[in-house]
Amino acid sequence: MSKLLNNLVVIGIYAVFAVLLLTTMYPLIWVIGTSLHPGNTLMVSSMFPKQPTLEHYVELIRNTDFVLWFRNTVTIALANAVISTGLVAATAYAFSRFRFKGRQQGLMALLILQMFPGFLSIMAIFVLLLQTKLLDTHLGLILIYAGGSISMGTWVMKGHFDTIPKSLEEAAYIDGASHMVTLFKIILPLSLPAITFVALNSFITPFMDFILPQIVLRSSDKMTLAQGLYNMVATETNSSFTTFAAGAVLVALPITILYMYFQKYLIHGMTAGADKG
Amino acid sequence: MMATTDARRHRTTAAIFSTVFIGLGQLYNKQYSKGLLFMIATQLFFWNYYPIVYKGIQGLITLGDVPTKIVAGNVIKGDHSIFMLIQGIIMIVLVLLFAGFYALNIYDAKKNGELRDKGKPVPGFLISLRQAKFRHFPYLLLLPALFFVLFVTVLPLVFNVLIAFTNYSAPHHIPDRNLVDWTGLRTFYDLFAQESWRTTFFGISVWNIIWAVASTLTVFFSGLVLALMVNHPKVKFKKFWRTMFILPWAVPQFISILVFRVLLNGSFGPVNDMLVKLGMSPVPWLSDPTMAKVTILIVNLWFSTPFLMALMSGVLTTLPRDLYEAAAVDGATGTQRFRKLTLPLVLAATAPILIMQFAFNFNNFNLIYMLTDGSPNHPDYYYAGSTDILISWIFKMTLNQSQFNMASAVSIIMFVFIAVFSLWNYRRMKTTREEDRI
Repeated sequence: MSKLLNNLVVIGIYAVFAVLLLTTMYPLIWVIGTSLHPGNTLMVSSMFPKQPTLEHYVELIRNTDFVLWFRNTVTIALANAVISTGLVAATAYAFSRFRFKGRQQGLMALLILQMFPGFLSIMAIFVLLLQTKLLDTHLGLILIYAGGSISMGTWVMKGHFDTIPKSLEEAAYIDGASHMVTLFKIILPLSLPAITFVALNSFITPFMDFILPQIVLRSSDKMTLAQGLYNMVATETNSSFTTFAAGAVLVALPITILYMYFQKYLIHGMTAGADKG
Repeated sequence: MMATTDARRHRTTAAIFSTVFIGLGQLYNKQYSKGLLFMIATQLFFWNYYPIVYKGIQGLITLGDVPTKIVAGNVIKGDHSIFMLIQGIIMIVLVLLFAGFYALNIYDAKKNGELRDKGKPVPGFLISLRQAKFRHFPYLLLLPALFFVLFVTVLPLVFNVLIAFTNYSAPHHIPDRNLVDWTGLRTFYDLFAQESWRTTFFGISVWNIIWAVASTLTVFFSGLVLALMVNHPKVKFKKFWRTMFILPWAVPQFISILVFRVLLNGSFGPVNDMLVKLGMSPVPWLSDPTMAKVTILIVNLWFSTPFLMALMSGVLTTLPRDLYEAAAVDGATGTQRFRKLTLPLVLAATAPILIMQFAFNFNNFNLIYMLTDGSPNHPDYYYAGSTDILISWIFKMTLNQSQFNMASAVSIIMFVFIAVFSLWNYRRMKTTREEDRI
């Protein structure tokens, strides 16, 4: 009896898995199929096109600003990664290695500021950028990203710096090294994981984020990938859906492969971040 | 008595001198170069900035009183209230900086006076400069970050709060055509007293909370059930299933959301097309107010479950086996074991993640804006649709409607809500951490 029940349970599980597999894969296969499907109709009849074509990819690159959006996003991402990492490293170094007046308050302030993500003051950011003529410029967006990254990354980086034994620097100080030399020759090389984490995070953000670019960047030639693809769908003309599908595949494919490859590390990193708050 | 006053003589005098006039206490302490430098810097700063600061702060108070006029076909520019507001805030920062320098000067005079009281020599200018370079190195490191945080985070925050107390909104108070005035709590009053604003605010808030709670709970249970199923001892090809089910997590979220927007489109979406072909009636996925909310939850389930599944799988393998054996000996049924053992243990292990997910979902602008854009329309709402949450409503009020004061009032209420929530979370975390230590 119990064995029969157990077998029924297993059969039930496989049935659920089959349904789930279908619902999981359907949107993914559909978007790949549509991007390869000839003509401008949304693919409905068959999951796999009989005569796959790359015409939508060609159209995407020739007739839309896709390449420009891609270049914009990479520019913003690179600049953000460099500026953010530099700012976070300098701040974390000061908080980790020096005891000065206002240190506790400074750390507390960062913790409090972290609770108020930048996009909550979208109204203020919009008006401030408008008044400083930084609206619709990449610089404006980069500055906002970099400012936001300080409160996000400093605690992580400081936590890592704290684990590096002080005796290493003390030995260097005795040999006559300055603060700057110890920072660049000892601390930074030993904190590569934390630096990679912060840099990678700031690099990925502009690819994924939508709300801040949507506020700051207004004209089509300034937009990021997320914005451009959104506008393709939001305009609701049939023909742009197939181009959108091609764009979606081009953006999603490398990121998906990257995420699948670093799966374990990424999921662990996200949970580790939650412990700190 | 005499001795104690005498022992404190220099520090008191020096401090008083510096209070009266910046740099005087330093001169009294025979630190002539420093004292002169302080004096000159102060005078230069004061006389250069006094008029600007005075004007700036006055502008902050009045927000301008010369409106833009058209005289004989020519536009004569008036005051720009919002510029004046921003400048006023910056001027206040300047005043605070100056006050900080003033306090520092008194402190410095007192400290060096103290050295003299103790009969120690007062350091010369070059030596204190070298000391300062060493002692203030961390401040130097923090300067760029301070600058960024001040101008990118704090200034917008302050500005955002202040705007709520003005009438900065379309169509009648948009500079530089019109002036903006301070209106006190008028905006908040309107939000709660005017029928339409109130309906919108409470309607959206209720949906916002329901959404955050429901999305977190549904994802938690679906993740747990999926993990339990994949980890079932009789299930084969575990690795294959796990890889397949984790896939939606790896796809960039905005791409999946946009794909669903197309798939579920009412008029030409492939899903409805398929349903019709199968002889069923089409479902108003995104066009019916209630159905749209359900759809949002389902789509969220699609891309949020995998992460929780991966997480739960990890937690499930760490569950103590002996507890289950003891339960089996005591004759506990499967349901009992799940309810009394698995659920509480998993809940305890994943609580921080759940809170993080709740906070994230509460402000999940991307999902709402990209999937439904707040639609379908709600006839009773001001500038919002049925599925809008607070953050997307603020977005629409700011970018499409120029209702800046109302947007800012709503965001202040959200600030308070988030602050209370974070404080509670922070204290909860502190207590659990202390428990861990025992």
